[in-house]
Amino acid sequence: MMGAFVAWYLLQYLGLGYWPALLVAPIVIGLFGVALERLLLKRLYGLDHLYGLLLTFGLALIIQGLFRNRFGSSGLPYAIPSQLAGGHNLGFMFLPNYRGWVIVFSLAVCLGTWYVIERTKLGSYLRAATENPALVQAFGVNVPRMITLTYGFGVALAALAGVLAAPIYQVNPLMGADLIIVVFAVVVIGGMGSIMGSIVTGFLLGIVEGLTKVFYPEASNTVIFVVMALVLLVRPAGLFGRAP
Amino acid sequence: MPDAGLPLLAVRGLNTWYGESHVLHGVDFDVHAGEVVTLLGRNGAGKTTTLKSIMGMVSRRAGSVRLEGIELIGWPSNRIARLGIAICPEERGIFASLNVEENLLLPPQVRPGGLGVSAIFDLFPNLGERLRSQGTKLSGGEQQMLAIGRILRTGARLLLLDEPTEGLAPVIVQQIGATIRRLKAEGFTILLVEQNFRFAATVADRHYVMEHGRVVDVVANEALEASMDRLHAYLGV
Ligand SMILES: Nc1ncnc2c1ncn2[C@@H]1O[C@H](COP(=O)(O)OP(=O)(O)OP(=O)(O)O)[C@@H](O)[C@H]1O
Ligand SMILES: [Mg+2]
Repeated sequence: MMGAFVAWYLLQYLGLGYWPALLVAPIVIGLFGVALERLLLKRLYGLDHLYGLLLTFGLALIIQGLFRNRFGSSGLPYAIPSQLAGGHNLGFMFLPNYRGWVIVFSLAVCLGTWYVIERTKLGSYLRAATENPALVQAFGVNVPRMITLTYGFGVALAALAGVLAAPIYQVNPLMGADLIIVVFAVVVIGGMGSIMGSIVTGFLLGIVEGLTKVFYPEASNTVIFVVMALVLLVRPAGLFGRAP
Repeated sequence: MPDAGLPLLAVRGLNTWYGESHVLHGVDFDVHAGEVVTLLGRNGAGKTTTLKSIMGMVSRRAGSVRLEGIELIGWPSNRIARLGIAICPEERGIFASLNVEENLLLPPQVRPGGLGVSAIFDLFPNLGERLRSQGTKLSGGEQQMLAIGRILRTGARLLLLDEPTEGLAPVIVQQIGATIRRLKAEGFTILLVEQNFRFAATVADRHYVMEHGRVVDVVANEALEASMDRLHAYLGV
């Protein structure tokens, strides 16, 4: 949501369009995330995860409230970049070019993230630190700094998604909140801690939801949770999760 | 015993707490460069806590830990590691989400002069054959070899080994003993925690005995036979 607003601000006040926003908004919001982690979240690491959840949820409500107060909740328009206007008829359906771009670009970002985490040295630090941060730090890795940067990177990815979504959903203070429950379902179905699980589940659920919208629109909001319940009954750790 | 000059590691009045519970009550001992020194003691005496305190892995500690005269108390563990100390933890700490090769290459090089990967495979041939396996799929002995092998690459000169023989078959214990003697010959300095002092006697120069969070005695390895009764009393074996 903030990513989308940064894109909107950039256009409104600096005349920077979609393409620069795709780069600038994640950087700005990523830095905001770094500051948030350094100043607030860091203090909660010794405590139960619930505190971190409460803090971030509270912050999200506050930030969302501030934006609503300033912009209302009706949404500001954000135009599709001219290069991606129009669409193609694929025979069985009409695909707007912009949506095609979002699919391709987000797949590339997802696979890039997967590659870094699963196949690089940095990724092995991240995986190891998820299991046993104290030991990784005792090997000489500055784990606190790595956590800060990883958090910043995650926040930047969310901002990137916000910019990608802006031309589709309009720029709206609630655009993030509407998604969060679905995101939660995607992570749980995919399996906690499995990047590939989240990628595959995200795209599959998008298709399932889309098809439901066509064939049985009344269920399109609930289908994801039905899927989640079924998957958890059969595989409690999620589709790609390692059994605990 | 190379007792001349400044010790490589000097621990003085080391106190450590876990939350409210005060576990180390003034630990004192020295380790000189090139020595293999053991910490012996019953369960709960504070041996593991001593290693973790040297490494900076506990949240509250006081007293003095000096490496070549540099005071380490108050430093975070990543900076302590960069001075050339490495730990092989009691629970081995092999990462399940990393394969054997990634586990082996995980600890960053902190100084020049570490063993090459091929030298590590010479010491532990089993590891070379299982590079793609998940780290925790190895047998207990292989995991111990991996936990030792990965810190030999880093260039650390002082190795903290926490009960490397615990729960392993005699033939593997022998292999680990041979490895420790070879590392000593190559100039590594080793602080070894052991419960099994018969094993310790085959590798070490000196033994410190810990009880209730203090060092209560020291026995040179040559004097070990003569001190058996005393040791039996300390260790309750
Ligand atoms: N994380 C912890 N939190 C609280 N107390 C702890 C913790 N770890 C150890 N202790 C306590 O500190 C004391 C010393 O434990 P430590 O693990 O250092 O002993 P040890 O000599 O290594 O024993 P062992 O031979 O069983 O490994 C014990 O009384 C133990 O119960
Ligand atoms: Mg112990």
